[in-house]
Amino acid sequence: MMLKGKDIISIKDLSEKEIFEIFEVAKEMVPIAKGRSLDLLKGKVLATLFFEPSTRTRFSFETAMYRLGGNVISFADPKLTSLSKGETLADTIRMVDSYSDVIVMRHSYEGAARLASKFAEHPVINAGDGAGQHPTQTLLDLFTIWSHIGKIKDLNVGLIGDLKYGRTVHSLAIALSNFGANLYLVSPKGLEMPDHILREIREKVKPKITDDMNSIIGDLDVLYVTRIQKERFPDISEYLKIAGSYRVDLALLEKAKKDMIIMHPLPRIDEIAPEVDYTPHAKYFEQAFNGVPVRMAILSLVLGVR
Amino acid sequence: MPNMELKIEKIRNGTVIDHIPSGMALKVLKILDIDENVKTTLSIGIHVSSGKLGYKDIVKIEDRYLASKEIAKIALIAPNATVNKIKDYEVIEKYTVTPPSEIIGIVKCSNPACVTNAKEPISPEFYVISTNPIRIKCKYCEREMEGKDIIQNII
Ligand SMILES: [Zn+2]
Repeated sequence: MMLKGKDIISIKDLSEKEIFEIFEVAKEMVPIAKGRSLDLLKGKVLATLFFEPSTRTRFSFETAMYRLGGNVISFADPKLTSLSKGETLADTIRMVDSYSDVIVMRHSYEGAARLASKFAEHPVINAGDGAGQHPTQTLLDLFTIWSHIGKIKDLNVGLIGDLKYGRTVHSLAIALSNFGANLYLVSPKGLEMPDHILREIREKVKPKITDDMNSIIGDLDVLYVTRIQKERFPDISEYLKIAGSYRVDLALLEKAKKDMIIMHPLPRIDEIAPEVDYTPHAKYFEQAFNGVPVRMAILSLVLGVR
Repeated sequence: MPNMELKIEKIRNGTVIDHIPSGMALKVLKILDIDENVKTTLSIGIHVSSGKLGYKDIVKIEDRYLASKEIAKIALIAPNATVNKIKDYEVIEKYTVTPPSEIIGIVKCSNPACVTNAKEPISPEFYVISTNPIRIKCKYCEREMEGKDIIQNII
């Protein structure tokens, strides 16, 4: 019951013990997420406030709530809310908080969820704020590793792709280093992990940094692939060249450990060849599914029914 | 420093801010809102030789005492400064400025996308994560600020 009433704003707000508590509950939630519904959250109301669209995240929170017998309120279109008439976010939160038991929010301002947690009596769960935090994504990534391999400490985890702008990869890297995983950071020149994130990682572990995937693929227990966005490149030919050399395909996987798992926050573009989907390495669809049991665990824990 | 007193006169009543890093005196005036509308006598020593720091700045403000919030502001740009309260030519109180562990409403966040820069009923808030040199971290967007970034964003 440690998490009862708690806001989930940043992964850093959670102790290791609390994270493992979420994992244990999420494991129990897996069969329920697959369709055996429960009425644990009957009569509870979740408000989903997505000022910035994110269909996947919103679906997975709403599914989590429905699978546990709860109800969901949300606005059809954020442009139609009174916020666009100049109401402060603080006032919107006060109003929604009075209608609901828990709030899930995504907003383009960095720190918006922290602000919401100041004005809401009920727990606030951050579903992404600007380029800032997205703790439930980090938790479902960690859960996927933990549920497959049984531990996180001492694993060799490769983070591949755009490590500069990737929303999810910064807090994931910090969380992995807190758990004592060995990090391999692989990115094209110009898309390296920012210094302030490296500084935090280096307080815990010494990451290996390279731009060559082939040189490290054989070491890895987990390969976490992120999207390289076209918009980051001045011209398309440069993008195609880079994207081509960071593509995960069967040829690359010949050098990988047999039980290495591949993850990706999805949606993917060309980073992973479709042929890889049929190998036992591919865990990204399961990772996406895990969003539901992990969010079921979080909702039931912060609402104090677990 | 035998020549000091010749350069900067003693004051009868007011505040002496000493041991300001050389060149920062004007920033101290700025954060104390002292501008062309000043109504008290000021003495400013810039690049004054000092045994302890090599060179330092010193500011004397007559007939004005500083609030603790103002002293905390000074700590942000002059972490080794001392503030002396003077009455009848005597030092009646002496503070070394220590930055507070949290800063509320003195500095604004340098991240334009931070929610504290939107029209919301909140003050910017920071944790002080290191004191010398000073580094602060926004409680909302988690951006870290130091040096020039802090000075330019003092409210
Ligand atoms: Zn900020």
